[in-house]
Amino acid sequence: MSWKIEIADKPGIFDAVGAGVKKDIIDLGVKAVKGVRFIQVYTLDGTLAQNQVATICSQLLVDPVSQDCYINRPTILTSGINADRVVEVAYNPGVMDPVEESALKGIRDLGIDGVAAFKTAKKYIIEGKLTDAQFKMITEKLLYNKLIQHVVRGQGSGDRGQEKEKSEPKFKLITVDLIGASDKKLQEISKTGQLFLNLAEMRMIKKYFQKIKRNPTDCELETIAQTWSEHCAHKTFRGKIEYREKLLSKLKPITYNLKPRLIDNLLKSTIMKVTQDLNKSWCVSVFHDNSGVIEFDKENNVCFKVETHNHPSALEPFGGANTGVGGVIRDPLGTGLGAKPILNTDVFCFAPPDYPFSKLPKGTLHPKRVMKGVVSGVRDYGNKMGIPTVNGAILFDERFVGNPLVYCGTVGIMPKDKSFKRAKVGDLVVAVGGRTGRDGIHGATFSSGELTHESETISSSAVQIGNPIQEKKMVDAILQARDRDLYDAITDCGAGGFSSAVGEMGRDLGVRVDLEKAPLKYSGLSYTEIWISESQERMILSVPKENLAELLDLFAGENVEAAVIGEFTGSKRLELFYSGRKVGDLDMDFLHAGLPDIKKIAVFTQKRHPQPKLPLKKDLTLYLLKLLSSYDICSKEWVIRQYDHEVQGQSVIKPLVGIVNDGPSDAAVVKPILGSVKGLVISCGINFRFGGIDPYWMAASCIDEALRQVIAVGGSLERAAILDNFCWGNPDKPDRLGSLVRAAYGCYDIAKGFGVPFISGKDSLYNEYTEHGKSLAIPGTLLISAIAVMEDARKAVSMYAKRPGGLIYAVGETKEELGGSQYYALLGALGNSVPRVDCSVAIKIFAALNRATALGLVSSLHDCSEGGIAVAAAEMAFAGGLGMEMFAGEIPYRTQDAGRKTQDVRNDVLLFSESNSRFIVEVEKSKQKEFERALTGVPLGLIGCLSDKEYFTVHGLNGKVCVKADIAQLKEAWQRPLRW
Amino acid sequence: MALDASACGLSMTNWECCLEWRRDINMARKPQVCVLRAAGTNCDQETAFAFEQAGADSDLVHVNALVSGARELDEFQILAFPGGFSYGDDLGAGKILANELKGKLLGPLKRFIADGKLIIGICNGFQVLVKSGLLPGNPELRQEASLIINDSGKFEDRWVYLKTQDACLTGRQARRKTQVKCVWVKDLPEVVYLPVAHGEGKFVVQDALVLKRLKENGQIVFRYCDEHGQAGSYPINPNGAIEHIAGICDETGRILGLMPHPERHIQPNQHPRWTGKKCRWAPDGSLIFKNGVAYARELL
Repeated sequence: MSWKIEIADKPGIFDAVGAGVKKDIIDLGVKAVKGVRFIQVYTLDGTLAQNQVATICSQLLVDPVSQDCYINRPTILTSGINADRVVEVAYNPGVMDPVEESALKGIRDLGIDGVAAFKTAKKYIIEGKLTDAQFKMITEKLLYNKLIQHVVRGQGSGDRGQEKEKSEPKFKLITVDLIGASDKKLQEISKTGQLFLNLAEMRMIKKYFQKIKRNPTDCELETIAQTWSEHCAHKTFRGKIEYREKLLSKLKPITYNLKPRLIDNLLKSTIMKVTQDLNKSWCVSVFHDNSGVIEFDKENNVCFKVETHNHPSALEPFGGANTGVGGVIRDPLGTGLGAKPILNTDVFCFAPPDYPFSKLPKGTLHPKRVMKGVVSGVRDYGNKMGIPTVNGAILFDERFVGNPLVYCGTVGIMPKDKSFKRAKVGDLVVAVGGRTGRDGIHGATFSSGELTHESETISSSAVQIGNPIQEKKMVDAILQARDRDLYDAITDCGAGGFSSAVGEMGRDLGVRVDLEKAPLKYSGLSYTEIWISESQERMILSVPKENLAELLDLFAGENVEAAVIGEFTGSKRLELFYSGRKVGDLDMDFLHAGLPDIKKIAVFTQKRHPQPKLPLKKDLTLYLLKLLSSYDICSKEWVIRQYDHEVQGQSVIKPLVGIVNDGPSDAAVVKPILGSVKGLVISCGINFRFGGIDPYWMAASCIDEALRQVIAVGGSLERAAILDNFCWGNPDKPDRLGSLVRAAYGCYDIAKGFGVPFISGKDSLYNEYTEHGKSLAIPGTLLISAIAVMEDARKAVSMYAKRPGGLIYAVGETKEELGGSQYYALLGALGNSVPRVDCSVAIKIFAALNRATALGLVSSLHDCSEGGIAVAAAEMAFAGGLGMEMFAGEIPYRTQDAGRKTQDVRNDVLLFSESNSRFIVEVEKSKQKEFERALTGVPLGLIGCLSDKEYFTVHGLNGKVCVKADIAQLKEAWQRPLRW
Repeated sequence: MALDASACGLSMTNWECCLEWRRDINMARKPQVCVLRAAGTNCDQETAFAFEQAGADSDLVHVNALVSGARELDEFQILAFPGGFSYGDDLGAGKILANELKGKLLGPLKRFIADGKLIIGICNGFQVLVKSGLLPGNPELRQEASLIINDSGKFEDRWVYLKTQDACLTGRQARRKTQVKCVWVKDLPEVVYLPVAHGEGKFVVQDALVLKRLKENGQIVFRYCDEHGQAGSYPINPNGAIEHIAGICDETGRILGLMPHPERHIQPNQHPRWTGKKCRWAPDGSLIFKNGVAYARELL
């Protein structure tokens, strides 16, 4: 029988959840709402006596101090709310309810065993005179997502949970008629099976099966589709590209105008080539394991991986970001023999949060809801795993409305002798962690195609909710097993599930899998579903038989499931069985090397963008205030505080710094080993606007930004490495691919110029949203993440102004580079003068500043990014609670080209240009000489000083004041927009 | 605005002295600390490290090992419940672990307390102590207080100033403060500075009587305040706790529970503004562990 239990706050207890929902409803524009009450609903199924249910409620479900509980009767409201509208939201059948497992444990701990199922639901009582339309909008736009949840009709208990628990299906081997299929039929098979394979690939598969004279099973076809998907195989980056470009002006050519150039493997020709050319001895393992590994100290290596989870986050922001974080944590965990995750990074791109509802494309969620959901998803997973989220960025543009970008990164640390793995013939394939369910089927192939307004119905099974505690337990168990040498190899189950993880691990050996041995969430899964399910929180271990008992024992002690599902055979074949019957038998060589060569066409055509009309106003204060309030620049404190950025006790430079801990830090510094002073610097560079002018210089700027942030906290480039994450539109369209190629070549030239290797990377293509045939592509967006080892973290510096009387320097050259700047965006233009990078100059600046910080000559240091020198200096001043007086004429300035006529320098160019490789530095007066000596040969200008007057003043070129504002006013402008 | 140590909330005890002291105690026998783990515990390693820095030996022990009898609480003088999200904080923060303790480890726990040993619960650990009835504490282990969702409705990580017990006492209580005193906060500065990081930290009590008893017994150990020790609203009180209560102890003063994380302020450059001032101080959090270890050494 089923019991429905409702839990509500006692009268007088502040209902914080309800209050939050009320605020969101008002944000939706429904002002009529008077109040919202939140009620937690639990449904218990099983054979239970009344008194047992009462015990469960009083001992476990209700907080006796703050809550009341109602069994099998609706909540009685005593707080004066008139229940005008009631809505109850529950998970759809088959969606994992993360609370169920721990609740069942709690009930067993009470000595009660009769509970078969435990489900949660949320009930909202909304007060106020709402129309039906308003109520419907609130429910749909705010309270539930139909992909994973539904509204419970009527007051009866549990009408859920039945669908998935079908009876054991009769085994039926399904084969697909391929060897006799026409081209048309092949395409149809690909489309209806959601295989996302093109005709050439389907033909290749047909040829293989013709050769072995049989048709493939559904399971084999799925395995090939997963392995060959863009997501897993990176066909674009590793394939052939015919590239040509048409340049209007002085952009740096990669090839001659319009002459085609054939690129064989873009990845190897650019990103990987940097690493190969530089050949750093401290790069331990790059581009072949689940993350890039570099040396940290005598005993340990660190590894870093950044992933994207864009498509799932577009459809279900919480679940998408949640599983995105969960997924990337498993990358370091699956690197070598397993690294301990020590920090996370998160970078997002959304449409502006004030985007009009009326303009939303069909089938998309409002950007504010997407943002709130994504932030909650990251918060939930990162905080519960106990991994500090220390660095990130958030950018906004209308073109992200259909495809938000969600980048998640994780750094791990492991002993040097645990940095490599090797599965051996005879080892057992052991699946550990969560169980396998029907959730997350077709994630890899789904993310290799464009989204459409139908995606939310077609691909809903690709959306999941994570269970961070499941993963936390698994990490705890795996790291102990690693230290006891209980396994030979490990990898994560990500996209493609077992099919990718086991297939990849067994690629050189051959492997046999008995699919019925995988622990399942519920019965009824077919062998193919088991094989390709992307259920979260699972890893695969390769375990020598003699270690099995000890391993199983260890995992049991941590309440983590582990099951033997197969064996590495040495047959060089992938052999799949279900209850003894063969359901798949593929040649590993064909599976991993059979992908046909494809050639894509790429064309980059430079566009000329209109120049904005520059304002004639002499007073630029208003522009500075507007820049500080722009979504890209403004404070992200609302987000950052929701992440635990200090767990593990390693934090040295926190994401928020300042006299009241609320200024924008340039990068994070952590000390991964408790008791050691050795540090790690983590930063990121991202600016899609520059890519609208030239993706080459966008890539250059992103690399410069990430690296100058390393310098800005006191780090050096000596042991710095970077990661690339390309998020682009459909690469089958030549213009999209053309800009991708240019960006990749920018990466090569500039990373090489800085002498900084790439150690890992990932691409997410097909970020387009098609509505009724009209395609909306994201701007090609490159994220560069940097990691740098710091010998002594106690030498770190922060960005906030420290002392009145401190001297303020501008370091690096300011040029007339306002193309793609925030200032131009404010004026409604993109422009053409994109910031460039001169590596030879930049290296000198970085090295000199690093020397100065190491000598303790720098009181504070801030890099100049969006908004230029004015924004950087203002942030420094208000974060430190100090005034600043500045002279624009002292800013080191250089015209773009020597040959060009020097045009009149303008105050707004000096203050708002976004030229690269620049910093603002605070130096104590007593250290002036020493500092200037340390920066000999570097463009340097003493531009002002700090005071306790609390005014930020800039004198223009003619000596007259062009910016004057109270620092409190500047800070308020910067904090207001996202103070939700 | 000048920066000085008092504005940072820093005590100026010499850090070097601290190191010296640590060297001395390394010679002596070390108290044993059980840092209790369960699924979802995640501040265990830094908590163990904090105790080790304070001169104890610490061991990470899974609750399963205590339940199965593989390990015994009797081995230890201090029991620490670290921060995290035990069992996901499903059904309410700390609830399922509290339930497990009451159901499976009640005997050993009662003996541990009766033996005069020490317990500390930090963040999730505090939630466990409150929900299991060990704090504020009564013979039936009835839950009389709770830690509920923050008034802000969200998880927040921020540094807070805390007024310590002596400063919390007023008038008559202050005059007889020797009567009750939490052993963990002996000689702490009047105002200390520690980070909080939680979504469910709002301290509430069942009724006015419980609060009265807490006050009369001097069981209120920490209250949120500003840098000058004055009470204030959000964000000075980060969660809306009644009477700004951040931490309490039991009647004996040996069981301490607090929402802030002392283990995140045991080294100078964990302070959010350490780059602003070149001073050498004993981080506030380290003093709490030092007190616990010093007391436990007497039990050996």
